[in-house]
Amino acid sequence: MQLTLVRLREFFREPEAVFWTFGFPLVLAGGLAVAFRNKPPEAVPVGVVTGVPGSDRARTSLTGTAGLIVDALPLDSAVRALRTGSIAVLVVPQGDSAVEYRFDRDRAEARTARLLVDEALQRGAGRTDPVQRRESQLSEPGSRYIDFFIPGLLGMNLMGSSVWSIAFGVVNARSKKLLKRLTATPMSRAEYLLSFVLSRLIFLAAEVVAILGLGVFVLGVPMRGSLMLMAGIALLASFAFSGIGLLVASRARTVEAASGLANLVLFPMWIFSGVFFASTRFPDAFRPFIQALPLTATNDSLRAVMLQGAGIGAVWPQLAVLTAWLLISFPLALRLFRWR
Amino acid sequence: MSSVASPPRALEVRGLVKRYGDVTAVDGLDLEIFPGECFGLLGPNGAGKTTTIEICEGLTTPDSGQVTVLGRRWDRDEQALRERLGIALQETQLSDKLSVQETLELFRSFYSDPRSVDEVIDLVSLDEKRTARVVALSGGQKQRLAVACALVGNPELLFLDEPTTGLDPQSRRQLWDMVEQFKATGRTVLLTTHYMDEAERLADRVAVVDHGRVIALGTPRELIDSLGAEHVVAFSLGHDATVSLDTLRAVEGVRAARLDAGTYELQVTAVHQALPALLGTLQRSGLELAELRTHSPTLEDVFVSLTGRALRDG
Repeated sequence: MQLTLVRLREFFREPEAVFWTFGFPLVLAGGLAVAFRNKPPEAVPVGVVTGVPGSDRARTSLTGTAGLIVDALPLDSAVRALRTGSIAVLVVPQGDSAVEYRFDRDRAEARTARLLVDEALQRGAGRTDPVQRRESQLSEPGSRYIDFFIPGLLGMNLMGSSVWSIAFGVVNARSKKLLKRLTATPMSRAEYLLSFVLSRLIFLAAEVVAILGLGVFVLGVPMRGSLMLMAGIALLASFAFSGIGLLVASRARTVEAASGLANLVLFPMWIFSGVFFASTRFPDAFRPFIQALPLTATNDSLRAVMLQGAGIGAVWPQLAVLTAWLLISFPLALRLFRWR
Repeated sequence: MSSVASPPRALEVRGLVKRYGDVTAVDGLDLEIFPGECFGLLGPNGAGKTTTIEICEGLTTPDSGQVTVLGRRWDRDEQALRERLGIALQETQLSDKLSVQETLELFRSFYSDPRSVDEVIDLVSLDEKRTARVVALSGGQKQRLAVACALVGNPELLFLDEPTTGLDPQSRRQLWDMVEQFKATGRTVLLTTHYMDEAERLADRVAVVDHGRVIALGTPRELIDSLGAEHVVAFSLGHDATVSLDTLRAVEGVRAARLDAGTYELQVTAVHQALPALLGTLQRSGLELAELRTHSPTLEDVFVSLTGRALRDG
């Protein structure tokens, strides 16, 4: 009990640690929320060359087209603007019945702008569309990027804070010979290690509440599944990652060595486990490996419960993966553990 | 074969050997420490003191030899032993973020029959620093806190490994007072040191250790008396002049002579006879003194006479 209390005190007296655990994920989520907020599609700047036949007419047709910002420029400055990317397409009218488009085919934005420009010019010249069309826009909660991201952020944070806090705490104590000093007392060694896991649980609750609260109440991410199941997954994931943290910490003598090792363990999961983008983007041959990663299991199950309202029956394979990590990492870590 | 006559021992070590690769840190070391005494392991750095004390503390396993602490063995009764021992390691950095009081409360929580935190804080004179974080303590205060952590479990046997190394004179005296107070309660202390004054001041008995072996054992007084010298005379000559050691040994009252870094050291029995004789000898040889000092022999001189090296040389 005293040991757990000590963990909490040590943590809260380290302002940086508090920030990286709670502040940083919230800032990250906030930043992404701003970046991916719902807003009208950004207008693309295009240029029209002035002082050539047909340029006034082209300008009239383009001005007022949704999604375009029209810039009228003399030829030489227009070419420069195109080259530096401040306009996406340069329109060079050639009389009333011909036009040249200059643009970079490799830029998606430029290709889109060319289509918009062309449509506006053709319509301005009197084209009528043979097919009627109707558009409906996708902005339903649950399918936006931020909806995808919030469960991944939670998973990443559970992993990072579990692995770092344990690896750093244990190795720091070892490098200062505090671990050796503690083993010279009647202290129970199991209780010492347990104190790290227990203190993690308290932070865990705070992390889950902070990230989910931001997601649900500020960013409008839906919460379709059971909160209890979410909490259960977070708990299991936190234990599994604690085991991995203990494994990282089991032998390293210096904090530097431990942090290198932790990065080695964490980095592949940041990439492969679908935090920032779906892990299905990787080739199929990678799938079994990716699915066996604890962070993939965490993210997939959190996402399924949160966004699709999945029940325990739907996420049991992921829970099984996390349990397996837990059952392997803890005994192995205890076996390898060096008290000095 | 009966051990009826032998008094109980707080600590008994027989034939201790510990090797690290090619280096033999402890080479067949024996110790007997009786309840209530303060026992000092005195020797230069690298003599095997820390390895020995850590084996006694159950933190290092010996390659061979037997250790009995408070009548028990580490391999059988580790948990019970830990309850009865207080240990201060040579270098432990306690958690910077905790206060003095919190650190002691933590260590106190490990023991089944501890002393109160207040009592221990009082004992090590850290009342003013009670709520200060460890990071804000001076070196001497940290060391006192380390000893307080060793005392809070109410131990019967206290191990102190180089307790005053690197401390200023005032901190050293404060620490010595703490050890003497602990000793005054009739409990046992084993301490290692490479300071002869510390051993002379604190230890009832001293084992001089060199190259992993005990090379002399006894009370500080006995060890010093064993030199058979009442005084040590140290002198140096001007103008880079030299005098042969044999000439010096022939001087009346001189028992031993050695030369160390330009300074001649003589162990003499009767300084009132030896000194005039020495001066006469030097004068006859036309040698001029640059410096002359005499002092009562110390454990340092014992070590020098046993090994031919100074303690500090290592």
